Amino acid sequence: MSLVALALAIWAAGWAMNVRLATGAHAETAAVRLAVPLIFGVTVVLVWECVVRGLQVPLVILPTPSMIAARFATSLPILWADFVQTFVKGALSGYAIGCGAALLAAVAVDRSDFLRRGLLPVGNFIAALPIVGTAPILVMWFGFDWHSKAAVVVVMVFFPMLINAVAGLRETTAMQRDLMRTYAAGYWQGFFKLRLPAAMPFIFNGLKISTTLALIGAIVAEFFGSPTVGMGFRISTSVGQLALDMVWAEILVAALAGSLFYGAVALIERGVTFWHPSQRK
Amino acid sequence: MSEQTVIEARNLDLTFQTNDGSVQALRDVNLTISKGEFVSFIGPSGCGKTTFLRVVAALENPTGGSIVVNGMSPEEARKQRAYGYVFQAAGLYPWRTIAGNIQLPLEIMGFSRAERKARAEQVLDLVDLKGFGGKYPWQLSGGMQQRASIARALSFDADILLMDEPFGALDEIVRDHLNEQLLALWARTNKTIGFVTHSIPEAVYLSTKIVVMSPRPGRITDIIESPLPRERPLEIRETQEFLNIAHRVREGLRAGHEPDV
Amino acid sequence: MRRAAVPVLVVLGVLVAFWYAVAVPMNIKGVLTEAQRAGVVVVPESGADRRAASAWRLVTMNLSVVPDTWAQARPRLPAPHQVAIELWETTAQKKVTSKRSLVYHGWVTLSATLLGFAMGTGLGILLAIGIVHNRVMDMSVMPWAIVSQTIPIIALAPMIIVVLYSIGIQGVFPKAVISAYLSFFPVVVGMVKGLRSPDAMQLDLLRTYNASQAQGFWKLRLPASMPYLFASLKVGIAASLVGAIVGELPTGAVSGLGARLLAGSYYGQTVQIWSALFAAAILAACLVGILGVLERIVLRRMGGRT
Repeated sequence: MSLVALALAIWAAGWAMNVRLATGAHAETAAVRLAVPLIFGVTVVLVWECVVRGLQVPLVILPTPSMIAARFATSLPILWADFVQTFVKGALSGYAIGCGAALLAAVAVDRSDFLRRGLLPVGNFIAALPIVGTAPILVMWFGFDWHSKAAVVVVMVFFPMLINAVAGLRETTAMQRDLMRTYAAGYWQGFFKLRLPAAMPFIFNGLKISTTLALIGAIVAEFFGSPTVGMGFRISTSVGQLALDMVWAEILVAALAGSLFYGAVALIERGVTFWHPSQRK
Repeated sequence: MSEQTVIEARNLDLTFQTNDGSVQALRDVNLTISKGEFVSFIGPSGCGKTTFLRVVAALENPTGGSIVVNGMSPEEARKQRAYGYVFQAAGLYPWRTIAGNIQLPLEIMGFSRAERKARAEQVLDLVDLKGFGGKYPWQLSGGMQQRASIARALSFDADILLMDEPFGALDEIVRDHLNEQLLALWARTNKTIGFVTHSIPEAVYLSTKIVVMSPRPGRITDIIESPLPRERPLEIRETQEFLNIAHRVREGLRAGHEPDV
Repeated sequence: MRRAAVPVLVVLGVLVAFWYAVAVPMNIKGVLTEAQRAGVVVVPESGADRRAASAWRLVTMNLSVVPDTWAQARPRLPAPHQVAIELWETTAQKKVTSKRSLVYHGWVTLSATLLGFAMGTGLGILLAIGIVHNRVMDMSVMPWAIVSQTIPIIALAPMIIVVLYSIGIQGVFPKAVISAYLSFFPVVVGMVKGLRSPDAMQLDLLRTYNASQAQGFWKLRLPASMPYLFASLKVGIAASLVGAIVGELPTGAVSGLGARLLAGSYYGQTVQIWSALFAAAILAACLVGILGVLERIVLRRMGGRT
């Protein structure tokens, strides 16, 4: 019980610290903006640890953060192999193929007004569907290994990417297009000098949405069959063995992979679309 | 006439088909513009002044009559890059520096890298933006952006400069300043300028020829050859001669107005 | 509307035609094996040769069996009409209570989706209100809510099912929990954005009226947030449905669209997989469509321009 009391005390202390920081004189500085969520995160983890220990919650319901960390540290080779299988082979290759194909398709669609008017509603419709459901079909077609996971990812990222890219390529004003006409610019000149750069914020929006979709697709596809390696495989088998510390360690890997992937794309975006109002400092 | 004719419109008609029927944007427009002239088009909204400029630039196709630019059709003139066009908004690409924006038409037209750089420097100097080439458009004021867009139109050295209310979005003080600069630029380069405006003082101050237009249908109601000298300090706007021309423009505008407006 | 309809129909037509075309090479090998077994002469005759040959070559050499590729019992890729017939038979021609009725399975999934969606949105809106009105919460929680958008939280789904099962909770609720947290984060982020969308001038105007914080919320922030809320609700309901479907996978559930997908993939019942997939798609489309209609009604009531 004393541990539960300690948890309450930690919570109160952490919150009080954040109240002081957030309402203090330096609330707008970058250091405080970083510190406050970090303190909050650390507080949550500490409270979690104390409460689980204090109430003696069984492992099969919720392991403590320290157990998860220990499992993480001792299982690094397994986690790494799962990461390579699911993220590098499945998600990344599918992401590259899917986004690349969608971009090429967007360029093709963009040349024809008819195609655009026909494909955009269809694409919008498909983007809202539960596409992960195609996983069993694709696993059947492409086998249990990463190829089927990459295929699921391709299908998942294709349409969100396509609609963003097509919308982006339209994102020029009549004036800008007229200007290109006064220069007697050809189609590809107008494309590379005006429309592609103007589309970049939209394209990156699609790329960012797709990072999460890629991981979801790769992990969920493994629930329908996989070799004995992979994040989704590990999660489903560890759940079956009630090894929840392993499940949490794997979720930690997924979270790290997801946010780093997203962060990397966002960083590239910063470099490419530095001129966009949302990116200017 | 001994001067070289640059733009010649004969009985020009242009009718737009819209959802609510057809709109006659231009009717029976006759106009001759000679080399080195500064021609202003003035009139209320919908009088066809912008449309006329766009016809010259081959951005619209007339439905009747004829128009010749540099002795050829506007479409051919456009393909030969015969004119620079300045829009109401600067329309600079935010992902390019000022110098990069000015080089844009040069890249499209296939100038060499060295030539592009040299020309960008030169026109930046012409519009008084020396040293700003490395900045991004959003780091400059509205007036400076508009000067950069003029520099962009000047960079490939077309004979004709078409300006569609280039200073319309700027405040009066900046506008005066840019008007003065534009006149100096015109004097130095001897380009033919077509200039659309709402403002009577601006039209009178800048032009050698003022074309007064009126709407529904868009047509020319008066063409005024300005007697003012080419050298014009800002103070000229207080002279009697200036006021007389302004008065005649105003009369022309009033005559073209329909009573229900 | 008519302007849009023609291109859309053409695109859909092309897609269906493409589907039929692809089904031919996808299924040809299986069809040839079956045909040979039934005593039909096929080229080449040896199964090993057929495995080595490319699908298109087999098609050109055995044109007579092409129609059969659209009528197999367990094709690799069922033809559109096979899926349509299966959909029809398992919805309209089965009793809704039957274990083989897609309406039954759809309802199982839908109820979890809706329950979870309601929980997720409710909590999400409450948290968003807290974040907008409390600086500490804003600075502490908001960054995590944003980061959570970038991670595949669906990976938690199997664990939640099992953990809740081990403490005696099963049925619709565990799936609804997954649906709830999947729709929770998009709603929080969208709603915070929406509640913050009034600009400084509008807020200053209320200050000149000496309006209270509650008045500011009801009269300005809440109406202003509606477009954002509906945008994230549409994302949220789609995510909820995915959550409910994925929630049916790990426990080997016997009912629900996810269970149909899983059973179909165990037994190679491709037609069943495709029909479950289309049922899920139709369900998603209906849910998003209903939200779209609601959005239009709400925004029109508020004098919006839609």
